[in-house]
Amino acid sequence: MKVRVLIRLRSSILDVQGSAVKRALGGLGFDDLDDLRVGKMIELEVRAASPEAARGRVDEMCRKLLANPLLEDYTVEVLPAGDLAQARAGR
Amino acid sequence: MTGAEPKVTVDLARALGLTGEEYDRIVKRLGREPSYTELGLFSALWSEHCAYKHSRVFLRRLPQTGPRVLQGPGENAGAVDIGDGWAVVFKIESHNHPSFIEPFQGAATGVGGILRDIFTMGARPIAILDSLRFGDPDDPKTRKLIEGVVSGISWYGNCFGCPTVGGEMAFAPEYAGNPLVNVLCVGLVRADEIFRARAAGVGNPVFYVGNKTGRDGIHGATMASATFDEHAEERRPTVQVGDPFTEKLLLEACLEAMRTGAIVGIQDMGAAGLACCTSEMPARSGTGMEVEISRVPQREWGMTPYEILLSESQERMLLVAARGREEEIRRVFAKWELDAVQIGQVTEADELVVRERDEVVARVPVAALADGPRYEKPTTEPADLAGLRAFDPLSLAEPRDLGATLATLLGAPTIASKEWTFRQYDQQVGINTLVLPGSDAAVLRVKGTRRALAVKTDGNGRQVFLDPRRGAAMAVCEAARNVSCAGGRPIGVTDCLNFGSPERPEILWQFAEAIDGIAEACRHLDLPVVGGNVSFYNETSGQAVLPTPVIGVVGLLEDAARHSTQGFKAAGHRVALLGGEAVSLGGSEYLWTLHRRLAGALAPLDLELERRVQAAVQNAVEAGLVASAHDCAEGGIAVALAECCVTGRQRVGAQIALPGGIRGDLALFGEGPSRIVVSVEPARVRAFEALMAESAIPWRWIGATGGERLRMAVGEADAIDAPLERLESAWRSGFERHMA
Amino acid sequence: MRFAVVVFPGTWSDCDFHYVISEVLHQPVKYVWHRERSLDDVDCVILPGGFSYGDYLRAGAVAGRSPVVESLGGFVERGGYVLGSCNGFQILCEAGLLPGALMRNECLQYRCQSTHLVVEQVETPFTRGLRRGQVLTMPISHGEGKYHADPETLALLRKRNQIVFRYATAEGAVTRAANPNGSVENIAGVASPEGTVLGLMPHPERAAEAAIGGTDGLLLFQSLLGTLVEDGSFLKR
Repeated sequence: MKVRVLIRLRSSILDVQGSAVKRALGGLGFDDLDDLRVGKMIELEVRAASPEAARGRVDEMCRKLLANPLLEDYTVEVLPAGDLAQARAGR
Repeated sequence: MTGAEPKVTVDLARALGLTGEEYDRIVKRLGREPSYTELGLFSALWSEHCAYKHSRVFLRRLPQTGPRVLQGPGENAGAVDIGDGWAVVFKIESHNHPSFIEPFQGAATGVGGILRDIFTMGARPIAILDSLRFGDPDDPKTRKLIEGVVSGISWYGNCFGCPTVGGEMAFAPEYAGNPLVNVLCVGLVRADEIFRARAAGVGNPVFYVGNKTGRDGIHGATMASATFDEHAEERRPTVQVGDPFTEKLLLEACLEAMRTGAIVGIQDMGAAGLACCTSEMPARSGTGMEVEISRVPQREWGMTPYEILLSESQERMLLVAARGREEEIRRVFAKWELDAVQIGQVTEADELVVRERDEVVARVPVAALADGPRYEKPTTEPADLAGLRAFDPLSLAEPRDLGATLATLLGAPTIASKEWTFRQYDQQVGINTLVLPGSDAAVLRVKGTRRALAVKTDGNGRQVFLDPRRGAAMAVCEAARNVSCAGGRPIGVTDCLNFGSPERPEILWQFAEAIDGIAEACRHLDLPVVGGNVSFYNETSGQAVLPTPVIGVVGLLEDAARHSTQGFKAAGHRVALLGGEAVSLGGSEYLWTLHRRLAGALAPLDLELERRVQAAVQNAVEAGLVASAHDCAEGGIAVALAECCVTGRQRVGAQIALPGGIRGDLALFGEGPSRIVVSVEPARVRAFEALMAESAIPWRWIGATGGERLRMAVGEADAIDAPLERLESAWRSGFERHMA
Repeated sequence: MRFAVVVFPGTWSDCDFHYVISEVLHQPVKYVWHRERSLDDVDCVILPGGFSYGDYLRAGAVAGRSPVVESLGGFVERGGYVLGSCNGFQILCEAGLLPGALMRNECLQYRCQSTHLVVEQVETPFTRGLRRGQVLTMPISHGEGKYHADPETLALLRKRNQIVFRYATAEGAVTRAANPNGSVENIAGVASPEGTVLGLMPHPERAAEAAIGGTDGLLLFQSLLGTLVEDGSFLKR
């Protein structure tokens, strides 16, 4: 089962990296930006009986290690088969 | 062999960077056409980067031996005895081409490569110094390069845990299209526990350890042997990616495995990766090697033997173990969670045999691979050089406000404070750093002994451009003088020779002259060159960099407590100038910064005087007679004194009188070798005078410290009277204002 | 007092702490590998600086879940002391042994420089020989040292006097300019409510000899060992 985790700083927390990237884009003429947040993406291939089971397992991984709940929010997305490989090939 | 491989032809050989003659030579040597894999081996091992084709005949002129030398050139790094059973291992290497294509990863993997060169010798790295050259930081593209390179060095060195204690950064438009990133690493090892890159002992197992192999950097060695054009950025895929965490594990695992006694020889898989190790290691021992390529740990699918052999994936080593002790090796690497896989063994026959699932894909005499072609190509002095040297800088008008000129020079990026850079580097891990960046040389104690090491890099491209022989000799002298100012007695040199294309006779002339200058200076100062690196083809679209030999000097202090720094310590000290009077504005920072001219003749260099001046300052520091010592370099004595005033723990002013009879700008900003400014506490003045009398060098008192201003007179004329605050702010902001 | 210095893959201040404890303080000290769980014969555990596991996921995240860190809770309950510096502080926060978290420096660059710390709390084993308001000089060396805690946690920290050090000027003033990494309220070090677990970003082991960065870092050890107060030659409260 292919699962994608998106982790980003909670909205209450100042994202200095995001602000810097936003400033840099502004310098290149992209001044139509209201907000920009930098986060990280983790792709996993999980052995699980069902999408729900995979989601539950990865959610646990997020709580135990992948995200720091003091700072970060995360979303877990179970991908249709083949998506991950395609996403890789397209990079 | 698989059908997908390209057909081997002379055109393919050319596409891989070999010449038609070289291809013929391969065919003759093998007695047949090479296979595709074999051609790949030759193209990498016979590249300029690996084979030193154009430089070897000249490099022989360098002095490479001495009573302290334990290991000269030809190994992973040089080693010099420092007493008490310890040896210092050091080497400098360039990563110019990769850093231009991908500044962050290029610089980071440059640090990684040189660290491995040190710890494959069995030494623990204790210090890094970086010698960097860029175009004008006014240019946003250059600023991006600087940011990338500095953060790459910072990331790799900091994460690995080796302090960056020094180095220099200089700027000139000639480097804009081809920055220089040279990294020097220093390590410590017990003198009787040095490891070498040997494949001795027929039947001994060959282990691959470290990171897995991917397609990174294939033909990196070939890339480093070509000039750039406007398509350079398209070559990005061949740039390697660094992993300092794995490197740190590899360090600890290698040193631990070495302590077991089960390792016979070890080499870093650097340029040309596995191909280089599997041919150089047996070639050094008069043996051969057989490897099964499918056993190599791989990160990507479907890699061909050609790709696996030539990959420049980072953080990998090849080691030869003692037969029967394989388990000890595996156990140590397993503890550090690293791959350690036996991929072959040492053989008797003088050949490298590469198999892929038992099928032979390459069978080549190791001597043929390791013994690349050597050329002695024509050299010609550039036609316009004599004219450039004939220019008289004194034909230009003298500035009216010499104080303002001093502030301008202090704010020139090359001279200005590099704190922006150094504060991004861990300078202290290992708790050995006695003198942090920002003085003449870094000083590191050697724990368990009373001794310390002083280390410095130098290399003024403008001076070498105008007069390669004298300029290169001056670079050796200046690096050694900086070490001497810190109290160190120089014991060894490593050099990184950065030049344009050797296929142009004018460039090769610069190179040959520079080598002669380095050799001459090293002989006079009793300094062996124990290792280094040649980086040719530093040019973009026909514009070569300034010829830049970067000289790294390591010095020894018998008493770590007796070291010196450049900053004035207190008011009421007397200030003296040791050494020569001869200075010139030719090739000076003054002439460039104020007039944007690169011309004129250099000041004369008297190597005997240089040797005596260095010995005098070493003795004075060792006897505890000086409160500060600082070399006069770019910007002349005025800049040197201003730096003494503003780089100590607190600002200390000075009143200085220089002899008249020459123009103020020449007296103040003229550059010349063998000149050192020292300050002396009143209580030590008599002892200092006695020591100088013994030293038989020219020297004179030129003033005293105190106050909040730097005042300098030349003859009867008051030349400079500037508040230190103004000088310091010019110096502090000169480089940083570009980067903020 | 018996010390243990924990070694994770990627730790690099382990040798420095070991050297200071054995060669400067002349106390018994041993290394403990991250997979070990037993801390029975030890009085004080040091979590040193470095980049454990490369800090590739988050600084201190993986090390914070290692066997040796899991056994720290019990060790502290049995009366043990824990000092985490730099990466060690990050690990203690990630493991939940100290409140808050450490984020990327506000300047987005690594910072290695000398800092001044004003002592706020002297009721801990590590600071009991110091004076409130005393200014110490110690270097920092990190890319992720911006201390973060939400307002409720901060209020609690203040109430329980858990804030031990703040970045300050040489005179002890807590100013924005003296804050090298953007830490909230200039916080450089915090302790557990009992004071037996201390985390700080600066490096006391790099300020333990006069020739190397001064000796202010030693004061933490001397407080712990009781030598500061007993011999009377140092500052008293």
